[in-house]
Amino acid sequence: MVKAIEATGLPIVHMCTIVPISKTVGANRIVPTVAIPYPLGNPELDPKDEKELRRKLVRKALKALETPVTEQTVFS
Amino acid sequence: MTKKRIVHYINQFFAGIGGEEKADVKPEKRDGVVGPGMAFKGQLADVAEIVGTVICGDSYFNENEAEASETVLEMIKSYDPDLVIVGPSFNAGRYGVAAGAVAKLVDTNLHLPVVGGMYPENPGFELYRKNGYFVEVGNSAATMRKAIPAMSDVVKQIINGNKEITGYMPKGLRENVFREERGSKRAVDMLVDKLNGKEFTTEYPMPTFDRVDPAPAVKDITKARIALVSSGGPVPKGNPDHIESSSASKYGKYSLKDIDDFTPENGETAHGGYDPVYANEDLDRVLPVDVIKEMLANGEIGSLHDYWYATVGNGTSVANAKKFGTEIAGQLKKDGVDAVILTST
Repeated sequence: MVKAIEATGLPIVHMCTIVPISKTVGANRIVPTVAIPYPLGNPELDPKDEKELRRKLVRKALKALETPVTEQTVFS
Repeated sequence: MTKKRIVHYINQFFAGIGGEEKADVKPEKRDGVVGPGMAFKGQLADVAEIVGTVICGDSYFNENEAEASETVLEMIKSYDPDLVIVGPSFNAGRYGVAAGAVAKLVDTNLHLPVVGGMYPENPGFELYRKNGYFVEVGNSAATMRKAIPAMSDVVKQIINGNKEITGYMPKGLRENVFREERGSKRAVDMLVDKLNGKEFTTEYPMPTFDRVDPAPAVKDITKARIALVSSGGPVPKGNPDHIESSSASKYGKYSLKDIDDFTPENGETAHGGYDPVYANEDLDRVLPVDVIKEMLANGEIGSLHDYWYATVGNGTSVANAKKFGTEIAGQLKKDGVDAVILTST
């Protein structure tokens, strides 16, 4: 899906936990996330900290979209 | 060694009968080689002889398949062959389908090996790949000179009785085999060979994936229109479109208008490939709607596409995923979206 969307010329950032899969499949902008059942959260944290964690990850994704890349890049 | 007997199947064009206007000619057989069979004869002279050629018009075969099949099979049988060559049929659709159907006839009725040559996108390959050794050839007859040696090579391997035949497009078959050593030992042996820089043969070649060039970066994210997409199955509570928990056949499009924050009441995951407890408790953990709405309000992003798109990436076929992606991208572009965040679990 990532590739089919990017093929139309839209920049796309893939936020996922298993980076090797994302790389194999061919995403170009990758932001590693927390865990498979909660990529953008962490139930161990209190709600405020969990939201801050999510905010940081999304900001990283937005940064990735603003960054020119020429090859597969992991923004960690 | 006595030479093996080969029958060659070709269409009316390669037999020199004529083009489209002769595509309705009925099956006929001729002793010895015809057309491209001449080149095969040169390549295979040491090991085999092309004893007969069976010819049929492409349209005739496809429009009268039952009748044509019966006649063609009888003609092939009459030469008592050891192996059958079909084509090469390049990217010619009807020729490819006819050649593939002949391969299946020979495979299922005579239990003989069949070698063909097709362009990978020829529909005849997808339909009949299991019924023969189809060598990848170019998309037009201009590549005949390359196709003949490649196909002949596979024919020779079969005649030689090679255990492992190479040089053809995978049939898509799996076969159970017993090995002396168990998998863990074989895996470690391979790893040791790899570390020592020695050659090793993988037992499971990775599929090849095509690549897409990175799209240009967004100039100013605070002016950009962002869209959210996910393969983690985030759907409104109740999964209104009944997206399958695995091998999804569809994706959903859902309004973000009335959702600023996911709760156990308004969202859940349809994904059957991970523990859903955490996502059902707070779906923002899969699709970050709460923070993206906040960023929209405080100007960190320019605007937000009104919908999110979700499917379940659990055992979903590449063909479907590609189709979903293309359709979603079309809708996003129409709405002037500049960049996409796609989350996966």
